Amino acid sequence: MAENTYQWPDASKRKLIGKRMNRVDGPVKASGRAKYTYDLVRPNMLYGDSVKCPYAHARVKSIDTSAAEKMPGVKAVHVIHGPDDGAKGEVFWAGTDIVAVAAVDEPTARDAVRAIKVEYEQLPHLVLNDKEPNLAEAEKSELYKVASKETVGDPNSAFQQSEVTHEGYYGSPVITHCCLETHGSVAEWPDKDHLFLHISTQNVPGIGEQVAKAIDMPASNVHVHQDHVGGGFGSKLGLDPWGVAAAQLSKKAGGVPVKMMLNRATELETAGCRPSAYARVKVGAKKDGTLLAWESYAWGSGGPGAPGSLAIPYVWKVPNQQKQYVGVVNHIGPSRAWRAPNHPQMCVITMGALDDLAAKLGMDTFDFVKKNIDLLDPRSKIYSEELDVANDLMQWKARWHPRGDSDTLGIPMEAISLQIGDNQYPPDSASGGSSTIGGVSSATFRAATDAKRQLIAKVAPALNAQPADLEVADGRVRVASDASRSLSWKEACSKLGAQTLTVRGTNPGEGDLTNSGVGGVQMADVSVDTETGIVKINKMVAVQDCGLVISPKQAESQVLGAMIMGVSYALYEEKVMDQTTGTMLNTNMDNYRLAGIGDVGELVVRLMTGPGYDERGVIGIGEPPTVSPGAAISNAVANAIGVRVPFLPLTPDRVLEALEKAQGEGGRA
Amino acid sequence: MSDQDSPKDSGISRRKFLKISAITTSAPLVLGPTVLEVEGQEVHVFGPGKVPIALNVNGKRLTANLEPRFTLLDALREKFEVTGPKRVCDRGTCGACTVLLDNKLVYACSVLAIEAQGKQIVTTDGLAPQGQLHPVSAAFVDNDAQQCGFCTPGFVMATKAFVDKHPNATPDEIARGLGGNFCRCGTYAGIKGAVAQLSGQQQKGGA
Repeated sequence: MAENTYQWPDASKRKLIGKRMNRVDGPVKASGRAKYTYDLVRPNMLYGDSVKCPYAHARVKSIDTSAAEKMPGVKAVHVIHGPDDGAKGEVFWAGTDIVAVAAVDEPTARDAVRAIKVEYEQLPHLVLNDKEPNLAEAEKSELYKVASKETVGDPNSAFQQSEVTHEGYYGSPVITHCCLETHGSVAEWPDKDHLFLHISTQNVPGIGEQVAKAIDMPASNVHVHQDHVGGGFGSKLGLDPWGVAAAQLSKKAGGVPVKMMLNRATELETAGCRPSAYARVKVGAKKDGTLLAWESYAWGSGGPGAPGSLAIPYVWKVPNQQKQYVGVVNHIGPSRAWRAPNHPQMCVITMGALDDLAAKLGMDTFDFVKKNIDLLDPRSKIYSEELDVANDLMQWKARWHPRGDSDTLGIPMEAISLQIGDNQYPPDSASGGSSTIGGVSSATFRAATDAKRQLIAKVAPALNAQPADLEVADGRVRVASDASRSLSWKEACSKLGAQTLTVRGTNPGEGDLTNSGVGGVQMADVSVDTETGIVKINKMVAVQDCGLVISPKQAESQVLGAMIMGVSYALYEEKVMDQTTGTMLNTNMDNYRLAGIGDVGELVVRLMTGPGYDERGVIGIGEPPTVSPGAAISNAVANAIGVRVPFLPLTPDRVLEALEKAQGEGGRA
Repeated sequence: MSDQDSPKDSGISRRKFLKISAITTSAPLVLGPTVLEVEGQEVHVFGPGKVPIALNVNGKRLTANLEPRFTLLDALREKFEVTGPKRVCDRGTCGACTVLLDNKLVYACSVLAIEAQGKQIVTTDGLAPQGQLHPVSAAFVDNDAQQCGFCTPGFVMATKAFVDKHPNATPDEIARGLGGNFCRCGTYAGIKGAVAQLSGQQQKGGA
């Protein structure tokens, strides 16, 4: 039974696929023996550090490194961003690297950085972006780019037909990746033409070529090595100035290794920046809940780069839409891909507006989604099944109450909310874009299939059979019709002689092994203390589709991790900027708060598997479950306190402000 | 960390320290601590240049010449290549550098190397012999309580000390007792599972 195509085995024939197994690199990590880039100590290694621009927008006028160069222990000084670099030395965010130094130890490198004098000309900056831009001004200003306008159907008459409409503000601020292993590298030159680079990256296959291009050398002369990466979340795909600087410092110091890892403050200020997204949204429906119309005026910051746009309403194919997006060019820092780029922000805006509309209709949001399920094409069926599963796990129908029903000041109030998410990504070669499991598992499977075919062809004569009559099972190669005619795996391999089989799997390749586009449903149950404004997560449920699950324990860990990261960005995370100085205020982990073990409540994950899901092949799951938690938690809080807290994170001050505003208006919205 | 006693400090109050620094700024650059008498007590003064230090790490005596401003964490990592403890926040917030110092949990980034002399230092690397897993590490593996793994060694140390003290922890005790460590990948569910597994083992007399 030689296979002619690549196919995942049927459920009855799966041996390891779908079994609960331990992570292969678990023991080396849990024993503290895993070596990350940050952990390396190479012979004669120097330590790099850098002068950073303290201004959000400035021009480098002059640099004096003479005092630093004379200091004992300083081995190399390299200007990264001088008066003639870029647009005449212009700097677009605070924390930009200006000059790098390498010294015998870290304290000496820090002393050298302090001895370097840089003169700047300060330029006007903008670092805030949560206020709605005035469109007339936006069209005149260089800082605002009207990026897109779009009309679908006939929004004007659809709003006229709407019996209930709702208008509100929704949004998420810029947050940072906060990788626990900061960005950085250890660079050395074994000889004058070859660079050996240890680098903390998600992109081992591609980073060497990027370095080579930056320092004008053949890519084949760059050897990149990394055993483990201490988190990336999308921020470690491209090359950074400090990666190049380490190589240049090493070269100047005669090739000895230079270790240059960012400190925590610089990591938070410059090495991760998820764009913000804010919107004023109007939605309209018939009394029976039929969703008719969407109107949005949205804006957000992608830092100094060209602004993108937002695909809202997210997932929902609302028949009539009027949309406008303004990109804000500002000096908050360079944006980077963040685990499902833009999707969590779009989900917060869309599901917040629809949840508020359902509340105004007097409908349970669960019923509202079911009523409009056809607008979730092409995944209406998946979402519908997931909603029912999530309902069971959360006991939604037993626990849901109309908004603000249990509303008594000072008493923690519970509420639940639901959320849907979606994701679609093309394959990628780096470990990003939720492509790892699809790319790796399919390529490995193809390679294994090829190896098996070649082995069978070699051993068939020994069993006096044709290759097509053989199968591999239970550690033996045997004749499919007569199991008594068999060889052990070891015996079979010995027939190969000295010639081992070398095969390489690829992805994409022949056979329909992977897929993309998944649906998930999440529900949150929260308590809100209306005297302190503190939000507490009681329970969250995630029901996630990801096609054929190769390794359930790790797939569940991905979903759990995404929910926990979601609690973090929903309740705590924000890159807090000061417009006066143009700098980030919370550049440490006391004030850039992550969720702790006591903050996440009870987490329940259900992966949709089995017939109807497995046939779709392997789909990445790193990103999709991060999409929904922010919206689910925001909606649960709105349900609990009776008013919407417009922008994430749902910090106590924002919760209290929303409550006060509602009381000032003489009642709850 | 919250229910741990703070480690013994160097015995120098801020007021005394100011007095001493006034004396030492005029002292010549010497190796080894200078012993001064302050208010009737002997006080060791290190630096300002490099000083010889000796640490007892995972049962081994390790020596180096270091500036007194080196933290225990940086000495372990950069001088002795003991890299289980990680540098993440570098200011006593995240717990990634958690080690045992005379059987008390400390953040190694917030202890000076010179102050850790004469004490038993245990890091995750030293919990079990090479090739073996300590039961706490094994429980982390079984419960998939590590993703990128960078917070894991610190969490393993915190969990070991926590479980030793609270063999049958309640969820509230876990939230407080392990609240001094942060994970970015979100492995808390796995860590709770590891604590539950270890509690079960202890009830049966294992671990």
